[in-house]
Amino acid sequence: MGATLAEKIFAKSVQRVSVKPGDVLEPNVGLAMSHENAALVINQFKEIFKDTGLELRVWDPSRIAIIFDHRVPAESAKTANNQKKIREFVAQQGITKFHEIRGDEGGICHQILPENGYVRPGMIVVGTDSHTTTHGALGAVAWGIGATEMAAVWALGRVLNVEVPPTIKIVIEGELPAMVAPKDIILYIIGKLTAQGGNFRVFEFHGSAVKNMSTSGRLVLSNMSVEAGATSGLFPPDEETLRYLREEAGVTDEIEMIAPDPDAEYEKTVTIDVSKLEPQVACPHTVDNVKPVSEVEGRKIDQIVIGSCTNGRLDDIAIAASILKGKKVARNTRMLVFPASGRIYRQALEAGYVKDLMDAGAVVMNSGCGCCLGVHQGALADGEVALSTTNRNFKGRMGNPNAEVYLCSPATAAVSALTGVITDPRKGAY
Amino acid sequence: MAKVVFKVGDDVSTDAIYPGRYMATVLPTETPQYCFADHKEFNERLNKGEIEAGSVIVAGSNFGCGSSREQAASCLKGWGLVVVAKSIARIFLQNAVNLGLQTVICPEIEAEVGDELEIFPDKIVNKSTGKTFSVIPHAPARQAIIEAGGLIPYARKKLMQERGVAA
Repeated sequence: MGATLAEKIFAKSVQRVSVKPGDVLEPNVGLAMSHENAALVINQFKEIFKDTGLELRVWDPSRIAIIFDHRVPAESAKTANNQKKIREFVAQQGITKFHEIRGDEGGICHQILPENGYVRPGMIVVGTDSHTTTHGALGAVAWGIGATEMAAVWALGRVLNVEVPPTIKIVIEGELPAMVAPKDIILYIIGKLTAQGGNFRVFEFHGSAVKNMSTSGRLVLSNMSVEAGATSGLFPPDEETLRYLREEAGVTDEIEMIAPDPDAEYEKTVTIDVSKLEPQVACPHTVDNVKPVSEVEGRKIDQIVIGSCTNGRLDDIAIAASILKGKKVARNTRMLVFPASGRIYRQALEAGYVKDLMDAGAVVMNSGCGCCLGVHQGALADGEVALSTTNRNFKGRMGNPNAEVYLCSPATAAVSALTGVITDPRKGAY
Repeated sequence: MAKVVFKVGDDVSTDAIYPGRYMATVLPTETPQYCFADHKEFNERLNKGEIEAGSVIVAGSNFGCGSSREQAASCLKGWGLVVVAKSIARIFLQNAVNLGLQTVICPEIEAEVGDELEIFPDKIVNKSTGKTFSVIPHAPARQAIIEAGGLIPYARKKLMQERGVAA
């Protein structure tokens, strides 16, 4: 019996011919990513070395990436001290893939990794962030781990005691209707599978809709696979993957086009047709509480948010700008936009999108995660409602347990900014 | 015997267990104060020292879904709490195993606040109702880490072997 893409990559990572679900491995890591929680990883890393008499050395400083994004620029002395401690560790260990708080090379970790060509097909990628699943879009097995597990990776270069997960094949067929986006597809899938439908499973995406999808869109599907509980969400690399890596990420060395076997064994196959898909909205307070936009239209919105590792890419900002250009954000509604990286921000400036958005009344913030998880700017007041292109709507997510967060695509968010209520972007209210 | 001190439903996220706004706090000695910070009554009882170590939180399915923040496991561990859940989300479960937070997966568990539970490797007996529920044992890959006393000693041993240092 053949192997799924994840099984092939896991087998390669331990130099084995094949592995099967349930096998316990110590996969060698291609890339280990952390953000500000590297401060905790450093503590745990030192604990592992405690009383061993060994020199404190990471296994390979070129395979560790650290990106400041969760609280940038620092919102408190505590965060600033954590960031300082990480900088010192990075210098001491010679870690090269370090992205500072800078407009030229900074940004959100799940955009920085792809756009710099750090992730390649066939890689094992782990990150101390649950949305590390994002990198499955480039054909890597990528998953989120805790800080202590990362400390062990820094020490040994392997993830310890990993059980190979079974794979669920998700086949997405059909052509997406106008104003319906990859975000709507993944929200629909999460609603269908539930928040736990993918727990201890890997998703592998196939189908005609996927074939025609840009890497930017695939990153959205992989990013939110974790909201169905999935360990990872993979796209077999194809022509589009090559195009992205060569043209956008500047990769010049060899790229391995690893593929699942035609006779791979999947735990199950889920097929969806998106040709009649409506824009979707995830309602408070779980990501799997998904409804078609028609069922929640008219809900008053206090804050619109466009950005994050999910939907802060150039095409997301472009569609928002095209909807808002020459118009105004509704009174009594605020609109916040935060691009996923400094590079995207500069591209949006050059294309005139930032001006269009600001002229309409949006506040364009620096790139970072703060607003999405309620740790830095954009907090909601008691009783307020946000409509956001981010990835989570758990109670308290945007900094206030007495507020509500709805999740949607950039088009739905932008159109709703004009009306001040949840609006179907297909109705041409703009 | 372990007393149920708190009961929650399905899909309780790490944002509920340890809200994002406290994430700059990382030390396991400091995280327990924010455990279930938005469930004010329970959080206050913890901080007043009213909850005994070894007490149980009973949860529905998919406990600990969402963010990989390890504070969600360390804050519960800090109070010596035990999690009994119908199922547990992957990253949280691994963090719990790595840090030595006791977790029990018990798909049919029926228990209310105040009930006394007796927890065995293969079953839970609810002494207050007389009912018995079977437990799904941790996978061997995770059990090995639990038996080593957590991931730090487990990884330390491997590191010393690899770099040729006697343990």
